[in-house]
Amino acid sequence: MSLVLSETAAFLQDQTQRFAREKTPTSHFRSVRDSENPECFDREIWKQMAEQGLSGILIPEEYGGSNFGLSGIGVVLQELGRTLTPSPLFATAVLGVSLITKLGSDEQKKKYLPEIANGNLTCCFAFEEGPRHNPNVSEVTAEKNGDKFLINGKKFFVVDGSFADVIIIAAKSSKGSSLFLVDKNSEGLEIKEAKMVDSRNSANMIFTNVEINSENILGEIDNAQDTIEEVLDIARAAISAEMLGGALEAFEITINYLKEREQFGVKIGSFQALQHRAANMFTELELCKSCVLESLSCFEEKSNDVPRIVSLAKAKVGETFHLISNEGVQMHGGVGVTDEYDIGLYLKRARVAEQIFGNSEFHRNRYAELTGY
Amino acid sequence: MTDLALFREETRDWLETNCPPEMRKPMTPHGMTWGGRNCKFSHPDQELWLKRLGEKGWTAPTWPKEYGGGGLNYDENKVLAEEMANLGTRMPLASFGLWMLGPALLEYASEEQKMEHIPKIIKGEIRWCQGYSEPGSGSDLASLKTKAVEDGENYIVNGQKVWTSYANECDMIFTLVRTGAQEPKHEGISFLLIDMDQSGVETKPIKLISGASPFCETFFTDAVVPKKNLIHKLNKGWDVAKNLLQHERKMLASMGLGGSKAASKGKTGSGLATLSKKYVEVKEDKIVDEGLRQKIAKCDMNSHAFSLTLKRVSEEAKNSNNGPSAATSIFKLYGSEHNKQKYEIMLEAMGSQALGWEGGEFGPEELAITREWLRTKANSIEGGTSEVQLNVISKRVLDLPQ
Repeated sequence: MSLVLSETAAFLQDQTQRFAREKTPTSHFRSVRDSENPECFDREIWKQMAEQGLSGILIPEEYGGSNFGLSGIGVVLQELGRTLTPSPLFATAVLGVSLITKLGSDEQKKKYLPEIANGNLTCCFAFEEGPRHNPNVSEVTAEKNGDKFLINGKKFFVVDGSFADVIIIAAKSSKGSSLFLVDKNSEGLEIKEAKMVDSRNSANMIFTNVEINSENILGEIDNAQDTIEEVLDIARAAISAEMLGGALEAFEITINYLKEREQFGVKIGSFQALQHRAANMFTELELCKSCVLESLSCFEEKSNDVPRIVSLAKAKVGETFHLISNEGVQMHGGVGVTDEYDIGLYLKRARVAEQIFGNSEFHRNRYAELTGY
Repeated sequence: MTDLALFREETRDWLETNCPPEMRKPMTPHGMTWGGRNCKFSHPDQELWLKRLGEKGWTAPTWPKEYGGGGLNYDENKVLAEEMANLGTRMPLASFGLWMLGPALLEYASEEQKMEHIPKIIKGEIRWCQGYSEPGSGSDLASLKTKAVEDGENYIVNGQKVWTSYANECDMIFTLVRTGAQEPKHEGISFLLIDMDQSGVETKPIKLISGASPFCETFFTDAVVPKKNLIHKLNKGWDVAKNLLQHERKMLASMGLGGSKAASKGKTGSGLATLSKKYVEVKEDKIVDEGLRQKIAKCDMNSHAFSLTLKRVSEEAKNSNNGPSAATSIFKLYGSEHNKQKYEIMLEAMGSQALGWEGGEFGPEELAITREWLRTKANSIEGGTSEVQLNVISKRVLDLPQ
């Protein structure tokens, strides 16, 4: 298993790093946030990301992508996470693409994947059914009605849900879980924008007898659970990479502040009480880097230990991002809790990102179960 | 077949033929071979195993052949380690010569010194201990006062060292001694090898809270040391010491990894959970106490993350010529703190059965865990305290102001 970046991944990292520094520094995030743009991202920037091939990293070449794999999109998310770049990359290019590529029919793949690759189409995955992550769908139902299905129930915390063109919904059917492709303008679908603390897009959705035609069933009816779990793990590894980027940046911002800020006539970074805490954070970050690299590469190596490694990464990075963003705010002192300084933005992002598909406690629990206790 | 595949096949055959049966069984509490002039073997297979591996140079697989080492490259060494693990072979030799002194000698000793000392380390013929700390020089090691004065062809050494591991069983001691001025403190120190088989060297074991005495005080009273035992230049011993400390910290770091093999193999359950299950309520294979379960998982995950980091850093080192990365500096700190934490959890899970001191009411494993728990308290003190490691990271890696 490789814990060192491949040449392709290193190239993508470099390219994205330049893009993020030039086009989407944190001032970009702030301007999108303050513009009251309800989509919470900039379509022009998304177009440019698509032109650079970022939206198609997981898409097979015959559908217009580059198929560079999860390690590729992982480093991209990590670099964008550093500057808190808001974009549909996670929900569309990771979740949407993975579900459609794994389960879609030829027609579905032809219809959606090239449009995602060129940046014209966005998706989201409507999965959660309560405020806490639960990998088993049980509340939202899909009932057969002739050759159609009727969907009923409520979905929570759908990342990018309020603007995505296509909603992929997981529902309980008569003998298992099923997935459907739902147009955002479907009758009976009420999309409620959920304004999150990190100023990213999210929505809750109420489905009332939403009618699904047979061509919009994704994969086999009753048979989606294994793929759902596989894609949840892909998404967890991907979001862990974004969180690692955020944690690295929040750490560097804090270290720089310790080297600049003076009190009692000296730089505050000379105080041992702060130095030791900084050194501990550095240590935790080094462990996180290894976990994230391993979790991204374990899919390609077809390890049979994928779920455990992914839970390891998500839990470790979740804990560490909280540690660093909280310590970062504290070490900044008063300015740390002002909106003017960036450090507080990372604190907010850390909380929301940790909640996506299982917080640290959930993943520790899962790790224990998978290890046999 | 590639060269490496061929090497794997040959290695497997060689181990299969040469590893004696007893050495394929798990290590026993007294089964470790430490080597030296008065080496004791609790089973004859230990001696055979050491002899065979020592002759092949595989006690020090990557050291150069001309000094008796195995001469293996990075990949071959990895193959050897994997094949030894597959067969379940025991470590042939525990040795501060192998882990600490040897690598520093390879870097700093003269050709003659290497020829004299390295083969004996590889074959386990000389048992070494470390003479660094002094009663007044712990974390502030460079303030040390043990003095070496020139006298014709020799140095005459006077002073006292402390925390010299197993000094009462060792043949030679590598020391830091003052040969120059006390200030500036780093510049008057030399690195000297001293034979302990002389009347000027005395050792006195120190009894620890665990009841064991792995460390000694070592006293030098006009000890005689031939000048040829000076390593590197006079008054430049601190360079050697710093280099050697890296090796020491790497060795100490690996202590935190016990049980991680189980953790990375999955399914079979971690050592910590398996042990805990004997003492706590278990339902359908799950530890019922949710608090304890989360603590164990957190600890197992830290082991897992730490072993991945050791692996990552060794891969990075292989792919670049930049030497150890910034991450190396965290190993000693993390390994020792993690090991302490692991033992705290064991004690918590085992309840009063982990609190026995001696006697028949406690199993030998239980008594051993209690003693090991006490022993782990030194992990974050020896070889540079955790606070010293944090200082090093703050200053050298993060470049925070002085």
